[in-house]
Amino acid sequence: MRYLPLSSGDRAAMLEKIGVDSVDALFVDVPPSARRTGTVDLPKVAGELEVEAQLTAFADQNLSPAKVPFFVGAGAYRHHIPATVDHIIQRSEFLTSYTPYQPEIAQGTLQVLFEFQSQVARLTGMPVANASLYDGSTAAAESVLMATRVTKRNKAVLSGGLHPHYRETVETLAHAVGIETEACAVAVDDEADVLKHIDANTACVVVQTPNVFGTATDVSEIAKAAQAAGALLIVVVTEVMSLGLLKSPGEMGADVVAVEGQSIGVPLSYGGPYVGLFAAKEKYLRQLPGRLCGETVDADGERGFVLTLSTREQHIRRDKATSNICTNSGLCALAFSIHMSLLGQEGLKRVAKINYAKAHKAKDELAAAGFDVVTPRFFNEFTVKLPVAALPVVEALAAKNVLGGVPFARLQDAPGFENHLIVAVTETVSDSDIATLVSALKEVAR
Amino acid sequence: MNAESPKMNTVGRPSAPELAVETTSFKSLLGGRGLLQSEKLIFEKDDYSRTGVDFADIEIDAADLDGLLRDDLSLPGLTEPEAMRHYVRLSQKNHAIDLALYPLGSCTMKHNPRLNEKMARLPGLGDIHPLQPVSTVQGALALIDSLSHWLKTLTGMPAVAVTPKAGAHGELCGLLAIKAAHEAKGQGHRRTVLVPTSAHGTNPATAAFVGYTVKEVAQTADGRVDVADLASKLGPDVAAIMVTNPNTCGLFERDVVEIARLTHEAGAYFYCDGANFNAIVGRVRPGDLGVDAMHINLHKTFSTPHGGGGPGAGPVVLSEALAPYAPKPWVVAGGAGFQMLEHDEASSSANFGRMCAFHGQMGMFIRALTYMLSHGADGLKQVAEDAVLNANYIKASLQDVMSVPFPDGPCMHEALFDDRWLEGTDVTTLDFAKAMIDEGFHPMTMYFPLVVHGAMLIEPTETESKDELDGFIAVLCALAGAAKAGDVARFKGAPYLAPAKRLDETRAARAPRLSYS
Repeated sequence: MRYLPLSSGDRAAMLEKIGVDSVDALFVDVPPSARRTGTVDLPKVAGELEVEAQLTAFADQNLSPAKVPFFVGAGAYRHHIPATVDHIIQRSEFLTSYTPYQPEIAQGTLQVLFEFQSQVARLTGMPVANASLYDGSTAAAESVLMATRVTKRNKAVLSGGLHPHYRETVETLAHAVGIETEACAVAVDDEADVLKHIDANTACVVVQTPNVFGTATDVSEIAKAAQAAGALLIVVVTEVMSLGLLKSPGEMGADVVAVEGQSIGVPLSYGGPYVGLFAAKEKYLRQLPGRLCGETVDADGERGFVLTLSTREQHIRRDKATSNICTNSGLCALAFSIHMSLLGQEGLKRVAKINYAKAHKAKDELAAAGFDVVTPRFFNEFTVKLPVAALPVVEALAAKNVLGGVPFARLQDAPGFENHLIVAVTETVSDSDIATLVSALKEVAR
Repeated sequence: MNAESPKMNTVGRPSAPELAVETTSFKSLLGGRGLLQSEKLIFEKDDYSRTGVDFADIEIDAADLDGLLRDDLSLPGLTEPEAMRHYVRLSQKNHAIDLALYPLGSCTMKHNPRLNEKMARLPGLGDIHPLQPVSTVQGALALIDSLSHWLKTLTGMPAVAVTPKAGAHGELCGLLAIKAAHEAKGQGHRRTVLVPTSAHGTNPATAAFVGYTVKEVAQTADGRVDVADLASKLGPDVAAIMVTNPNTCGLFERDVVEIARLTHEAGAYFYCDGANFNAIVGRVRPGDLGVDAMHINLHKTFSTPHGGGGPGAGPVVLSEALAPYAPKPWVVAGGAGFQMLEHDEASSSANFGRMCAFHGQMGMFIRALTYMLSHGADGLKQVAEDAVLNANYIKASLQDVMSVPFPDGPCMHEALFDDRWLEGTDVTTLDFAKAMIDEGFHPMTMYFPLVVHGAMLIEPTETESKDELDGFIAVLCALAGAAKAGDVARFKGAPYLAPAKRLDETRAARAPRLSYS
């Protein structure tokens, strides 16, 4: 077996050193009833050639977005990733190291994390950020838990524009620990409704912008109302690229920001692994979940970086920890940070403007073709209310080799939203892709 | 050699150390460390206007976003050559599995096959969207189904929830399933989770995270769960026990079947922390031990890369009793291919909800399945055997120079030492670990498990050759000799030869500086 270096001679010599006759003697503590003797009904060892063929067969059954006009978003976005990113994250020193428990021999990872935290802080407009969580949805769930710790209150108000999968992720964890959630009715633009739900028991208000329908919202008023009531405003962002153009959550008064960072540096990969960005106001520093990297000096007085404030964490505090998270999303955070460095403020602004322009071009062409675009203000994603149910429409589009968007009904059964199709348009979409979508929709959505 | 030679260009000539020159106190002129460049933060560049991407700077009329546009963006940019320099220089300050044995106990730092990486980047797998119509991702669903089949077969369990994103997330998933099962049976009043003192920190943290009260179970003198203590604490208030097997002392819980029986008799569920599954894969099926739920760290047993701290993946196998409560979404095979059950309405299951936005760590599923297919059932059994053999070889080779807290009988995949042997040397476990760095190895896990004083937990994994193990053993023997001989400075000042000297963690925590400003 090509990954196992011990020869049979090695094994014999090592057993002799240990003082046993066979490797079976090392498994003597396993109860006899649980020792496997027969053969397992699974394939045998296989070479690279055979395994590659098997995996390629799986891949070949999927319709790859690169081959077709592609407008699927709703929480995960297809952006161009510079070749450099994938090259660097495959370097052994980044790929095959672990959590930097020994800072003297992990300064590479630690400096990257410090830079990552700094990038996330600036991008979100918040003073502090952690070293990543699993993804945006789990970051949102952690933020709600944090808000109840901070406010000692027990109710979370969830905006009707929050991605339904995020809402479910938050509700699952919140309800398990006895936190009450109040979900506003599904709405394309629901600022006014959110304001009505805030009361003296509210620990936090969770608002997504741009929301699941693509609507961009100035959350300043919600921030003021929440904070006046003693609650925290949690801003969720599922399309991090939007922060190249839109006001940061920090500028609008957010207390906590939970972001899906996938759009920068991380491939779609059918839903994971992604990277959760988590940022907050400074006063919540010691309530943050997850790893934090901090600056310090070494014995020679040279600047260096370490994991810090670990007294919040499970390996020290055990059942008193702020979160149970251990392994987070380090390599995706690295990918994010490299891509962010390559973009810089200039590149990010430019690609964001291209996203905006292409999405608005698509909206204009769909509107001109008679489709009802219901999203009032947006970055690179908007919603069309089709004259017919959206689920069969995307299937019909796929049959024409167009991946035309996400039916809201795929995410949630909500009366009145059966016909809503969420359309994302990034820099990877061409003008002819847009023309193809419009003409295909004219055929199948009538 | 003629008299002119000192003036000649010496390019191409061999050089040799000048023995007369004392080199240890050498300092470079500007404070550099040779080719190991000190590297500024990207934020310390004067000019933030550079970029490593060539996008056109178009004008937009963003009328609909009036009042919503930002003007405060301040992020440094790097051209591609600058970026390569920055990140490659940083990379050289990291230790990695590909450089040497990385004996972090409980972390299973095994070789990461590069075929896995190649497969995860096939466009038909790496570049597909989680919300494409399921008719266009039948291969992805088939792959998840295949991975599930392997995991279920290897563990002898009937179901697996694949969405948890890491081990601790898997623990959360398992406990939420347990909670839902109790509630469905009118047993929601069970609020206690029993956890052995030797458990990973994530176990009590997870139990507390979902609102359970944690009670500790004592350990016996031979490093196992104290069954009598467990039995005395099991009762009508107990929802579950969380036991790691093999445990964090690197030992197989001999009484595991009895532990399961007592647990079930008391109406509780048996959660097994599967972090150490590598020791038994292919040889023991947790389902045969009476386990109800167990997470599998794909980044440990199934070789997906640790990536400097993730991403991992933590699918959870479930017993018949817990399977109905598994979270959505769920892949099912039907007449017309695979389907994805994403809504409560579409499934009759009593699912407890959702762990995350999409379908879990697909990128890790691809790598783990590639690894499983490469090894096959026979190869995986060999994995467990070689992992256990390597650990016992280390234990046998070092037990006379270091002290072993549980010397009787074999260990499993990791060898545990304590610090009794360092008594009187003024060298601590921490000092000893830091001195290992100067000899070219990553330290072992230290001060864990908490039940052993000054613990040093060494997990070599099966992908180490005997030569590498012998080199590692030689280093530890030499260091042990130096410690006992009173060469204390070697340890107290360590590491001397790392990219950084010992770092001040206290200072970092006292006045936290977490971002550049």
